[in-house]
Amino acid sequence: MIAYLVTFIMAFLLYLVFSAGSGTLWLWSPSELLAGFLLSLLTAAVAGKVLCRGKDYRMANPVRLLILPVYILGPFFIEVTRANLDVAYRVITGKIRPGIIRVPSGMKTDFGAFLLANSITLTPGTITVDISEETNDLFVHNINVPAGWETRDTVEARELFGLANIPAWIRRIAE
Amino acid sequence: MIADVLVVACLVIGTAFNCLGIIGLLRFPDVYTRMHATTKMTTFGSVFTALSVIIYGAAQFIGTGDGQYVTLAVHTLLAALALAVTNAIGSHAIARGAHRSGIKPAQAVVDRLGEVPP
Amino acid sequence: MTAPFDIAVFILLVLVCLALVRLVLGPTIADRAVAVDTVNTLVVAALIVLGVVYQQIIFIDVAIVYALLSFVSTLYVAKYIGGEL
Repeated sequence: MIAYLVTFIMAFLLYLVFSAGSGTLWLWSPSELLAGFLLSLLTAAVAGKVLCRGKDYRMANPVRLLILPVYILGPFFIEVTRANLDVAYRVITGKIRPGIIRVPSGMKTDFGAFLLANSITLTPGTITVDISEETNDLFVHNINVPAGWETRDTVEARELFGLANIPAWIRRIAE
Repeated sequence: MIADVLVVACLVIGTAFNCLGIIGLLRFPDVYTRMHATTKMTTFGSVFTALSVIIYGAAQFIGTGDGQYVTLAVHTLLAALALAVTNAIGSHAIARGAHRSGIKPAQAVVDRLGEVPP
Repeated sequence: MTAPFDIAVFILLVLVCLALVRLVLGPTIADRAVAVDTVNTLVVAALIVLGVVYQQIIFIDVAIVYALLSFVSTLYVAKYIGGEL
């Protein structure tokens, strides 16, 4: 039951975002609201079981969903800017020292590992190549391996990011 | 007036980062380093061009009060979000496939994934 | 005030042509997949800017759908490269 309700609310919110600015009732026209309500009911009836397969509803918590944009606009954006300037420097000068290192993610939920892997892909000179299914360890390709890391077995996720503590933010959102 | 300057600044930043990404794609030695250039820099550049469109839409809405500019800005925001998420996942998938097909990272100082038994 | 957007579209399309060079040269399939992914990203950006140039919101809806569809095709190509298909 709760899966259908969550799907209905998410679908209706997405419809509202897509049809913003269409009419007179503040931003929406009444016909758009009615059509969105009916289509969201239909979507929930058809796809509720498929979209919410797990029994874990912690991401439906509004507080977590509100921290997510703060995280994206704050520390994540600063890290992305720094990473892009770094890669621009490497494109222009051609100084690279690539290598694949092993990073234990320490995330217990799938969504946490997903967010951490995507954050690593878009931030400092690293892309996630593979993930170990049993231990949630990430294999990270680094464009410029700092001296000394090639002899270490594993590298903590905290050390990849220079300025902000990204793993702590992700733990706050997803766990 | 300020909005015009912001729009042009965002467009210049976006196209400059896109240019650098393409130069990296043409210049780097192997598929992983090329992926560094394209994934990060074209995503960042495209998000900045989208940001200039969002600023343009917001400025026009404040100036004229026409509802279609709200639609323009909101849809552009959704397109930028879709682009950022799908690019990260897509590059991850290509990197995984490339490593599984046996492409070794060129000039690598360490390869921990190659040591793991498949 | 759409002259800057015109110039941006022109530069983006020139960049698409440069990415096609890597698509032709690329020694492995993975390089070509990366080049196609880059072209898709640039086309989405160009569509967004074209929506302003022509003052048509439908271009941006097309850009959203194009981004999602190109994502699906990229996933299929990646699975094929990895030998899991």
